[in-house]
Amino acid sequence: MAADAGGNGHSPLAQFEIKPLISIQPGGLDLSYTNSALFMTIGVVLAITLLMLGTRRRALVPGRLQSVAELSYEFIANMIRDNVGQEGRKYFPFIFTLFMFVFFGNMLGMVPYSFTYTSHIIVTFGMALVVFVGVTVIGFMKHGIRFLGFLMPTGIPVFMAPLIIPIEVLSYFTRPVSLALRLFANMTAGHTMLKVFASFVFALGVFGVVPLALVTALTGLEFIIAFLQAYVFTILTCVYLNDALHMH
Amino acid sequence: MPADPPGQSKKDFDARLRAARAKRAERVAGPVGGSQKSGLGFAFRIGTELVAGVVVGVAIGLGLDYWLETRPWFMILFFFLGAGAGMLNVYRTVTGIGHAVGYGNLDRAPQPGAEEQAPPAASGGGKDGNGA
Repeated sequence: MAADAGGNGHSPLAQFEIKPLISIQPGGLDLSYTNSALFMTIGVVLAITLLMLGTRRRALVPGRLQSVAELSYEFIANMIRDNVGQEGRKYFPFIFTLFMFVFFGNMLGMVPYSFTYTSHIIVTFGMALVVFVGVTVIGFMKHGIRFLGFLMPTGIPVFMAPLIIPIEVLSYFTRPVSLALRLFANMTAGHTMLKVFASFVFALGVFGVVPLALVTALTGLEFIIAFLQAYVFTILTCVYLNDALHMH
Repeated sequence: MPADPPGQSKKDFDARLRAARAKRAERVAGPVGGSQKSGLGFAFRIGTELVAGVVVGVAIGLGLDYWLETRPWFMILFFFLGAGAGMLNVYRTVTGIGHAVGYGNLDRAPQPGAEEQAPPAASGGGKDGNGA
């Protein structure tokens, strides 16, 4: 599978290579349309198509596509209601889009020969940064300067402040990094592991059955992880939003 | 209830629906967890929290060093602070306080509603970190 990576042999990391498909370089700026961008486009188009087709008929008794569309809507709507509450409803479009984008990215990655755009930290970090900056802005808009009260937990002696405040600030800045790192690491590690085990299948001859069985099982696991990581990314966004809105 | 006049039953239904919705909206955000706390996923999360703390600390330290030309002192300082923040995050995750910065969830647990009803009073009374 990795052999199509052009001269890079069978490196299990060849699948993450970015290849420009259409070269666009205005003024030395590399804006090429890459395989990553291609799969993002596919993901977005698929998500839009699913929802457009799903909501086209609007039958009282939903068909299959409509069920999928309604399920995904309700899944996110419930997640927001449970984690953010009533005020979170106006952020539904953003959170739903985020979930669909990550989910389709992870799932598209499970198609053989495809590219997993969520396996690049710049993509996940970009999304995490948008969430982080957005949530911080919302927090300051809603609570003003009191939002900084966040950084000094109540009931701590004043002389502890010089130590606690920097740690709390760092802990706050850790959020986008851990959010991005978790999704990126899960996707990269999973896909690399699959490829490494798959490369043992032929190398071991008859005993290749063992890694083959393992790869089969791991593929199932990867599907779970693909969904779970999209879920975790979204729910953490909800949790951060809740923190900013209700300020615990 | 087929005997109800249509207008009456509709109004009654609306009232009940509104009450049910309000009740549902009330239970906001307990500590998250549940499905996430499954073995491997949980271990992975703790790992990333630890790594993220150190990464952020070192990055900020190096940034300050680059700006103030004090290499390596801020990096050393922020390495330890970042490691501390990472451990704090792990502690919060494991004890189920959630991902919130601060300990508001713990404060809130004994007297539910008291803080949520009047957030300005509650926060104004506490010591805020404005002196930071």
